[in-house]
Amino acid sequence: MRYGREPEVLRDLTFDLGHGSFHFLTGPSGSGKSTLLKLIYLAERASRGRIELFGQDLARLRRRDHPRMRRRIGVVFQEFRLLDHLSVFDNAALSPRIAGKKPASYRADVADLLAWVGLGERMHAMAPALSGGEKQRLAIARAVINRPDILLADEPTGNVDEAMGLRILRLFLELNRVGTTVLIASHDTELVGRSGKPALHLENGRLAPGPALVSELAR
Amino acid sequence: MSLAFDPARWWPAPLLPRSDGRDLALFFVVAALSLLAGCAAVAGLVGERAAKGWRAELSGSATIVVRAQGAESPDEAAARAAEAVSGVRGVAEARALGAAKADALLAPWIGARALPADLPIPRLVTVELDPKAPASGADLQAALNARGLDATVDDHSRWTAQIMGAGALIRGVALSLFVLILAVLGAVIAFATRQGLAARRDLVEALHLAGATDAFIARLFQARFARCAAEASLVGAVLAIAAAAALRLAAHPGALALPPIAWRDLAAPAPFPILGALVAAVTARLTAMKALERRP
Repeated sequence: MRYGREPEVLRDLTFDLGHGSFHFLTGPSGSGKSTLLKLIYLAERASRGRIELFGQDLARLRRRDHPRMRRRIGVVFQEFRLLDHLSVFDNAALSPRIAGKKPASYRADVADLLAWVGLGERMHAMAPALSGGEKQRLAIARAVINRPDILLADEPTGNVDEAMGLRILRLFLELNRVGTTVLIASHDTELVGRSGKPALHLENGRLAPGPALVSELAR
Repeated sequence: MSLAFDPARWWPAPLLPRSDGRDLALFFVVAALSLLAGCAAVAGLVGERAAKGWRAELSGSATIVVRAQGAESPDEAAARAAEAVSGVRGVAEARALGAAKADALLAPWIGARALPADLPIPRLVTVELDPKAPASGADLQAALNARGLDATVDDHSRWTAQIMGAGALIRGVALSLFVLILAVLGAVIAFATRQGLAARRDLVEALHLAGATDAFIARLFQARFARCAAEASLVGAVLAIAAAAALRLAAHPGALALPPIAWRDLAAPAPFPILGALVAAVTARLTAMKALERRP
């Protein structure tokens, strides 16, 4: 993968994420973690190579089929990408709304999910009024409301304190337990170690052996 | 859970922000276009009616110029001409004008009292035609020739053609203006849609990544601009109707000399809110779809 005439950001990557698996994507800043996620959630197109998602080659996927594929992917963006003119409830309800579901069919699910991520008291608040941690949890709620087949998260604990980071990690583990494949890009090696989950380590755009990790949650 | 928020009563908020500074400028432009289109429509109807009225007045009558021959006096020749055409089918009434009237018609050119009494000035016969089935100029001329009269029929057909030409021109200009205004409206909406998409790039990307189709996003802009155009067109149409009504009220005899505005002409701008919304919806949809298809 390269941008324009720049050197390749990602190259010679071969890996497979099994259905229902949980992986971290680690590596220093600029190693290509975000770019790899973008390739998977169809925000970028690979300049060469083959990426297969749900049995389909993304390079051959027609543009009109992108929405159908994206509805199976939940994404937690590093910068949240919340819609500032909407309330917490409206932001969380975005995916089912886009999928064309009737409000009556998902109102209760959205309320339950917001309560689950600890935003039950903030449903009416506008997105800009939230703290960093609240925005992070709202972004997660928005990503998982449609029960995606795969959840991609880019530095989901980058803007929260350690306690909130652990809380978010437990939330991801809970989702994974009910069958969602999870891939989390993070440079927080301590958090990765606590999870006891495998990590794909990127160095200069290639997969490389990662640092030794200690699993606290697994102990 | 907050007491102020009841999820059971929640309803989705608009995905495009309600307030947008650009919408006010767009509203003003569309309202002005609607006002101009309304004035063009009323003017077209009024021009059409005026032309028809003038044509009806001219085609409902004819004038015969009669020149006396031999020992026959001009008045006798005029009386005979009136009698000759009275029997023609399609003539309601024929009336010979006397010497005084003929002198009065010539007075502006050669002055009063300048004519010798025995000068054989041609006489005029005015003919009122049956409005349902008027006699043609040729019918009248044939009747006069049959009586051996030296007379010329003027059935005003030359003026009628010119007036109808002027009426068609007014109608054509009004229609062209109307089409031009619709085209400008479409261009303005297309520009505003492109600007809206650029200004809301983050929103569009967020929607795309959440699985929204191009059609879903285009519908947001389509609905926004259709509503804006409908409201602005309504304001413009009301102003056009008010302006036409004011002219209608001011056009009584002795006041302004204006073409005849009928009360029903005021209904011409009434469909504009729907038409404006339709043009805006189609333009915004096509523009948004085209712009979105270029995205990766």
